[in-house]
Amino acid sequence: MLHQLRILMKSTAVRLSALYILLFAFCAAFLVIYVAGMSANFLREQTQNAISAEVEEISHIYEVAGMNGLVKTLERRSRQPGANLYVIAGPSGDFLAGNVAAIQPGIMGDPGWTDTPFRYERFGDENKDKSKLQPHMALANVFVLPNGLRVLVGRDLGEPEHFKVLVRQALVVALGVMGIGALVIWFFIGRNALNRIARMSDASAKIMAGDLSQRLPVVGSGDEFDRMSVSLNSMLGRIEKLNEGLKQVSDNIAHDLKTPLTRIRNKATDGLARSSNEDEYRQSLEGIIGESDQLIRTFNALLMISRVEAGSSTAEMNDIDLSAIAADTAELYEPVLDEAGLTLKMEIAAGIHIHGNRELVGQALFNLLDNAVKYAGDIEGSAITVSLSRQGENALLTVADEGPGIPSHRYEDAVQRFVRIDESRSKPGTGLGLSMVEAVTALHGGSLELTSTKDETAENKGLTVRMLFPLIAA
Amino acid sequence: MRMKILIVEDDLEAAAYLSKAFRETGIVADHASDGESGLFMASENAYDVLVVDRMLPRRDGISLITELRARGKDMPVLILSALGQVDDRVEGLRAGGDDYLPKPYAFSELLARVEVLGRRKGAPDKDMVYRVGDLELDRLAHEVKRGGKEILLQPREFRLLEYLMKNAGQVVTRTMLLENVWDYHFDPQTNVIDVHVSRLRSKIERDAERPLLKTVRGAGYMIKDEA
Repeated sequence: MLHQLRILMKSTAVRLSALYILLFAFCAAFLVIYVAGMSANFLREQTQNAISAEVEEISHIYEVAGMNGLVKTLERRSRQPGANLYVIAGPSGDFLAGNVAAIQPGIMGDPGWTDTPFRYERFGDENKDKSKLQPHMALANVFVLPNGLRVLVGRDLGEPEHFKVLVRQALVVALGVMGIGALVIWFFIGRNALNRIARMSDASAKIMAGDLSQRLPVVGSGDEFDRMSVSLNSMLGRIEKLNEGLKQVSDNIAHDLKTPLTRIRNKATDGLARSSNEDEYRQSLEGIIGESDQLIRTFNALLMISRVEAGSSTAEMNDIDLSAIAADTAELYEPVLDEAGLTLKMEIAAGIHIHGNRELVGQALFNLLDNAVKYAGDIEGSAITVSLSRQGENALLTVADEGPGIPSHRYEDAVQRFVRIDESRSKPGTGLGLSMVEAVTALHGGSLELTSTKDETAENKGLTVRMLFPLIAA
Repeated sequence: MRMKILIVEDDLEAAAYLSKAFRETGIVADHASDGESGLFMASENAYDVLVVDRMLPRRDGISLITELRARGKDMPVLILSALGQVDDRVEGLRAGGDDYLPKPYAFSELLARVEVLGRRKGAPDKDMVYRVGDLELDRLAHEVKRGGKEILLQPREFRLLEYLMKNAGQVVTRTMLLENVWDYHFDPQTNVIDVHVSRLRSKIERDAERPLLKTVRGAGYMIKDEA
């Protein structure tokens, strides 16, 4: 039992509930007691005021009408229903007249307000039980007349006492009801929360065991647990996607990096076996260096893509002038195009800014121009167009060539890592250029789209790469 | 005077290769194999350039540079890093590094950068006119003259020549040109830079008797008056 309680208290929900119950109970008790105390004081004050007024009145009647008038007045008042208590006593405190059968001894001897409520016996009480002084509580003022007689004016406190009892009962009932209610709510909420957390723990355990497709349960109530599950689930989705990317990368590394490694090894073996003079050795070593450099490039590109895809947290993003980047990069490439017999056309709108990383955007554009020269360079006199314009909320940056282009059903493949549409692989390259461009646009919250420059059926339909980047909100 | 550098690198084989290669070019190279001893040696001795690996035992490269700068040592530092990413470069330069080279690198690239860094320390860049042979470049007026005859250059060609002449007599690699003239820090891979240099060359060497702008095989370019 104690052990179970200890387990229960380990749950945050239960601890919180307990704390709330305690707090509310304390507040309720304080409130009831405070209100009751205030009310009692108020009633007592009212009684005292009434008595004071009557004492003054009686003194006045005595002054005007003398002892006789006083006695008559008191007798008349005594007969009224719910009358106050009246006692007239001699100077030594002996009972002379009044509507009280008996009174707690010592009350009459002490003029002024009775400090505490006292006991007295009413007429009629003695008929019920003669042996006991009925404990009626009363509050009274005793005062001394000029002739030495003592007069007591008092009021029965039966009602205020009853009121206190009522308040006490109310307190007990209120606390009781609240306690029971709280226990019920505590039980259900606590149980509910515990159950849901247990289910979440189960799901997490499965995920940790390696099943990344598992998701945390979402009840649909939209409460804190649901919201937490939803955000954890989207986090899991992201992790799953990254994990898949990683898996794909390692598969690709296995395939596309082992091939050049094998080539390097073959070249080295071959060089060692067949070279007979320094020139031949030099030649094979240079070949090996060339292959290694290509391998390093592939590796760098691959790492860069993974890094870019891993998210924006690592790359520094600033307000960058896309117009300037487009113009700079096109200008950087212009002599190369010129040498390849291509014309560069620039249709760059000025002053387009995006939130991004200049290096990455520049390199993406560089890759596209590199591709364009590589694949459209054979078509003498064709044009490569770099254009930048505003498209609603986005900046549209395109590189269009007039080369052979890509068959339309292979646009999606072209973006995949290591996929090279040119089956013969006659052109140098890593097969990572467009993947990198896509990763960069995705990092910037944009998108990448491939189309043909001319009509799909044209002989050299060309390739147009469209990059959309969200503009900086003005 | 011979240049004296410190290589802080935990890969002993790489360090031995570097020290030997530097010595062959006439540069004195000391070696420290971890961050703490690197910091100690750099604080105690006067080196012209520090070549610091990014990841080191006992104290990483970035922390070494930060500490060195805090001690008031302002010798140029070149960071070598296997990470080689855009943000990694930014971090290294922000910590107080002067140049950054991703691994793997060609020794010619490292040598060119170390030489440029080592010279930068001695000569503050206050010359307004650069002169190599009969080639003259006025940085304020943006004028280039060869043998007194004005040559018209595009703004980018001007900057290319300016960088080459600022480092006259030193090898400047293609990557260094892309970095300093275009402010891009990736491997150009293609012959982009060569095309720009050959355009520049055709303009400045047109009627000249002696070529000044030379191609250094396997490394880059150098502008120098041989006479």
